[in-house]
Amino acid sequence: MPCTPGKNLKEINSTTWILLCYGPPMVGENFTAQEFSGSGLACRRGGRLVFEGLQFAVPRGGALVLRGANGSGKTTLLRLMAGLTPAAAGQLAWNGAPVEDAEQHAASLRFISHLDAIKPALTVTENLNFWAALWGGGQIPHALQMLGLGHLAAYPARLLSAGQRHRLALARLLVAPAPLWLLDEPGNALDDSSLAALTQAIADHRARGGMVIVASHGAAFVSDGNTLDLGTFAPTNTAHWSDT
Amino acid sequence: MSVFTTVLARDLRLAIRQSADSLTVVAFFAIATVLFPFGVGPEANILARIAGGVLWVTALLAALLSLDRLFAVDFEDGTLDQLVLSGVSLPMVVLAKVSAHWLTTGVPLIVISPVLALTLHLPMEGYLPLLLALLVGTPTVSLIGAVGAALVLGTRRGGVLLSFLVLPLYIPILIFGTAAVEAATTGMGFTPMLSVLGGLMILALTLSAWATAAAIRQAVE
Repeated sequence: MPCTPGKNLKEINSTTWILLCYGPPMVGENFTAQEFSGSGLACRRGGRLVFEGLQFAVPRGGALVLRGANGSGKTTLLRLMAGLTPAAAGQLAWNGAPVEDAEQHAASLRFISHLDAIKPALTVTENLNFWAALWGGGQIPHALQMLGLGHLAAYPARLLSAGQRHRLALARLLVAPAPLWLLDEPGNALDDSSLAALTQAIADHRARGGMVIVASHGAAFVSDGNTLDLGTFAPTNTAHWSDT
Repeated sequence: MSVFTTVLARDLRLAIRQSADSLTVVAFFAIATVLFPFGVGPEANILARIAGGVLWVTALLAALLSLDRLFAVDFEDGTLDQLVLSGVSLPMVVLAKVSAHWLTTGVPLIVISPVLALTLHLPMEGYLPLLLALLVGTPTVSLIGAVGAALVLGTRRGGVLLSFLVLPLYIPILIFGTAAVEAATTGMGFTPMLSVLGGLMILALTLSAWATAAAIRQAVE
């Protein structure tokens, strides 16, 4: 049950409220998807094969950490998983059934990239409101609180620092639930307390059956996730430079 | 709220907060039009003869000024990625954005056009067809422009490319828009021209959103 500080707030004391906010999520909003997987994935960018024969599977409540050198295709793979970039080969699947409806697939994931999609002219709340309205969510005060932006709710987003902007982008994860989170370097520009909040948010998400795929150089944000090293899927020879 | 109203409300709010963008378009329209009496000379009957055409050409160029930002900002800051990933109907998002564009640039152009027509000595009977033709024609300008704006996303000097793509497609609007004004000033009926403009608008309305959505999907790859 999401914590919505509304009219009920006056009736309960603040300790209860904090427990409601940060306590274990209740059964009602658990995600049902059992597995998100991909097989035989290959991606070609500008005529160059970035990776090929890539397999992965994330079970319900699972996490996958993407590792690899710069340019090994972490972001490309995340965009491919999101359905933004078409795969040169292979397919994605939910519970073993291949993804066919792109819109339905898109609706079951949240993608956080280095582009934050924040409008500087809108306030922090207005920025989140837009996505909440589009996605049918509405836990904005909770999301802002969770990422330490509560006191900035009415500020224009242009006044935010780089770290605060990134936290606002991350807050989109919390305004409306979706089973799969795709996070591209989510720790960039974050301070220690925000990193802790993000780690906590990821743990909560997994506890209710959500899946997380995170590309990261530094902190992994997950305690027990599998690791996928993109270096092992790099094309083996330069013959792939062909323009076919 | 539906997808359409959500996106429309956001774009209108952004346009109001950043009203300089809309004002630039109106200012360009005004200045470009006012240059003509200086260039052509102050003779009233020559100006009256060209008034309809001048207003339409400058209105099209002014609209073109604002078009290259229609999707470019959302493309650069990642909003388009998120919109594509929202699982909502992309053509509906496009229609909302085009509506917002028309309301914030097309409508101000229509509102200011009678004042500019005054400087060009447009005969009295030309005002009503001018306003009606702009009212029916400018939505088509936004709709066709959206396809071009989405196609040039991610290219260098997209604005110049956009004018090559889009201006030729504006020729039918220009012909019938100008003809409506001319017909009225020469004492003929102008409703046939308005009907053609209306037909063009319906055609653009049915095709543009899907074409634009397809171009956006290409761009975010």
